[in-house]
Amino acid sequence: MSAETRADIVVIGAGPAGIAAAVRATEANRRVVVLDEAPNVGGQIWRHRSVGTLGTDARAWIDRLSRTNADVRRGVAVVDVVMGGESGDITVVAERHPGGVAVIRASALVIATGARERFVPFPGWTLPGVTGIGGAQALLKQGATFRGKRVVIAGTGPLILPVAASLTDAGARVMLVADQAPFHAVRDFAISLLAQPETLLQAAMYRLAFLRTPYAMGTWVTAASGSDRLTTVTVANSRTTWSLPCDFLATGYGLVPNVDLARFVGCTTAEGAVVVDERQGTSVPRVFAAGEVTGVGGVALAVAEGEIAGAAAAGVARIDPSLGRRRQALRVVARRMERAFALRPELRSLARDDTIICRCEDVRRAAIASLSDSRQAKLYARAGMGACQGRVCGPALELLFGWQPGTVRSPLEPARLSTLSTAALVGAASSDAVHSAGS
Amino acid sequence: MPPRPPGPAGLVTISADGRSVRVPSGVTVAAALLELGVAAFRRSVSGEPRAPLCGMGTCYECRVTIDGAAHRRACLVTVADGMHVATAAGGEERQP
Amino acid sequence: MTARKADAIVVGAGIVGAACAAALARDGLRVLVIDAGGAALGTTAAGMGHVVVMDDSPEQLALTRYSRSLWRAQDDAVRVASELDWCGTVWVAEDETQLDTLPAKQQLYREHGIDTEVLDETSLIEAEPQLRRGLAGGLLVPSDGVIYQPAATIALLALARTMGAEVLERMPVEEIVPCGVRCGADTLRADVIVNAAGAAAASLTPQLPVIPRKGHLVITERYPGFCRHQVAELGYLASAHVMTSESVACNVQPRSTGQVIVGSSRELVGWDASVNRRVLGKMIARACAFMPGLADLTTVRTWTGFRPATPDKLPLIGRWPEVPGLWIAAGHEGLGITMALGTAALLADLVAGREPAIDAAPYAPDRGVAAGVH
Repeated sequence: MSAETRADIVVIGAGPAGIAAAVRATEANRRVVVLDEAPNVGGQIWRHRSVGTLGTDARAWIDRLSRTNADVRRGVAVVDVVMGGESGDITVVAERHPGGVAVIRASALVIATGARERFVPFPGWTLPGVTGIGGAQALLKQGATFRGKRVVIAGTGPLILPVAASLTDAGARVMLVADQAPFHAVRDFAISLLAQPETLLQAAMYRLAFLRTPYAMGTWVTAASGSDRLTTVTVANSRTTWSLPCDFLATGYGLVPNVDLARFVGCTTAEGAVVVDERQGTSVPRVFAAGEVTGVGGVALAVAEGEIAGAAAAGVARIDPSLGRRRQALRVVARRMERAFALRPELRSLARDDTIICRCEDVRRAAIASLSDSRQAKLYARAGMGACQGRVCGPALELLFGWQPGTVRSPLEPARLSTLSTAALVGAASSDAVHSAGS
Repeated sequence: MPPRPPGPAGLVTISADGRSVRVPSGVTVAAALLELGVAAFRRSVSGEPRAPLCGMGTCYECRVTIDGAAHRRACLVTVADGMHVATAAGGEERQP
Repeated sequence: MTARKADAIVVGAGIVGAACAAALARDGLRVLVIDAGGAALGTTAAGMGHVVVMDDSPEQLALTRYSRSLWRAQDDAVRVASELDWCGTVWVAEDETQLDTLPAKQQLYREHGIDTEVLDETSLIEAEPQLRRGLAGGLLVPSDGVIYQPAATIALLALARTMGAEVLERMPVEEIVPCGVRCGADTLRADVIVNAAGAAAASLTPQLPVIPRKGHLVITERYPGFCRHQVAELGYLASAHVMTSESVACNVQPRSTGQVIVGSSRELVGWDASVNRRVLGKMIARACAFMPGLADLTTVRTWTGFRPATPDKLPLIGRWPEVPGLWIAAGHEGLGITMALGTAALLADLVAGREPAIDAAPYAPDRGVAAGVH
């Protein structure tokens, strides 16, 4: 069940960057296929069940996409990318969730795979009721109601304010909002936003939405407890520790670019993000990257990068220079944000010997603390051998031990054996039968 | 379960661990199960209860069996009328 | 580097080197194990972890049987760490021709004290319901097993350490010299040097007829009960036996986690570790031809590894006369896990001047196997 589609450009990821890229590329008269594993477009920040719930910008872009002739495939997960072949084609093999395989052969690729949350292990973090901050927002948008539930939000970064506001608006009883960043760092960052008053105003609006909830800086969660699900959260600041009963804990510590697919096809990365030039070109010819995958920087930056990438992938010679200027300015803000919300050292010692680090394989800290690298952790203790392919524990291993992730191999996501067979046929037909990736 | 005609106010009927329930159309299986008060979507390899963490298909903690297919991420699947969902408690299949 | 002078230096901390270290340490030798990388991270990590008897030749049968019995007798610490699971093997006969070979095979095994059961089509499917209909039958070997071999290797090294052995990782050996090994500017001396460097053994002892034979494997999500035994087609022996450039054979294995490992493939492509989609596809197709249900299982990872292959499919165990002090324990192709303990026991016996439990002559490293004939 695998029909092959021929296109000019494949866009992987239908979040803001992917949507903007697809729109620009179709406007330049290219045949575009967009792939996303979620049931709807929008990625994380533009996640919706009905477009009426989205802000103006999001709705406008999504409308625009729907009016293009882009072939948007939802519910497909990219499993393999075959590079090369005599025609220089790039062939993407993606598995459809319920069944079947999509094979798309194109001349260019736009990687807009976004970012995921960074989770810091602490005692009790595996209990039902503990979600990410973006995770809570995602579940809310998917139809979970938190109405009447006691929620603690504790973590760091720009997701905290909007999620605190959403959950409060949704009727949750948000008991505490805590950011591990110290007050002065957040204050200084807020002051720097005076240069982007709309952003500062937006932040103030978010804070107003949960005004009745204490918002504590320099405060972090140290433990979650409960028997079969979460009942109590313990938080600490530099002076004291206290506990509060709650039903949900939304906790996450910033975002990690989803660079696996980019690394798999050989793109150079630096500091965990894909390196791109001023046209969003990666180190691999005809492969472009846009959005959070090139460095976490928020939705406006993702859209700007997506527009550039789509135009560049379409071969547009002269790209609107205002996009480049916008990108530049937004990157400056992104870097300042990263500094403001840098993780404090206490977070590295929250996990005790018996705290699970790799959730897929239940590997506890004691099993890996004396090892030297990710590969040993994987082979000796099975950390990273599970279904998430190291995407949750990888950033934790980096934070706790400084270990870098290993080589990326296919399947890029868990996939049926029959899907690997399809990829094999595709590979056999091209000169990239032997996959040689950079790391 | 044979598919039924759409119910009032855009509800669909799914079976969750053998219980027949009406849930809003357009929600994900993860959201539907959370609304039903399901705490443990799955059991970890050492038997611990687990539920959605990331909400975006990355963590694989929300895996349940949907219409007989195991290891499906509930946060990526929209409910459909007649859908069969089995979680850790369901006993239909215990897949760690 | 190390203060005490060793009695024996084992080069290579894979499962064979680890087993040799434990056996030599048990004999009272001060053992130093050296590995260029981390223990068990080479060929050992890539393997299927099967502990099986195999009868490509009488000598192979003798050593696999002997070694398998040593796995049964292992210390609790090693057995538990290894997650030893005696799930047995089902050898599958595709057709009548293959089926007709089974009585003789059963007889051979019986003579070696190995109980087996010949299965017809019905009892084959009862034993392994995921096998397709229409296969001729099979041979069940209940006494075979599976281990988690990285853990087994670490446990063997830990055992060796309790007996005074030392392990140096991330220390490449550049050269083996008479009664010594050179690492950078230092030469470490010992009366006994063991080349247990697996697929790379010939880089240290150039005349060794060991070359890398690449294999692919795929592992699935957890499907407990999908298969109960290791399932291998009888054609596996032919695939392992013939040194053609490329072959695949069905070899499916249940892990203690409930995951299923799908193999196997063989290629001679030097040291290219990348996954070859075409070969992987052939391997998957072969496995699915026997167990069609595999096609729908979710996989999480693919990888490759290099078997240390010799021209006559037998390992090299014993003294290497050309270099004073040098012993070889290498060249186990796809049976390194199985044969590790038997190899170590033979080697320790030979080093100590004892008569080994089985005749070691067939494995003599200088048995006249011409280098380059593969």
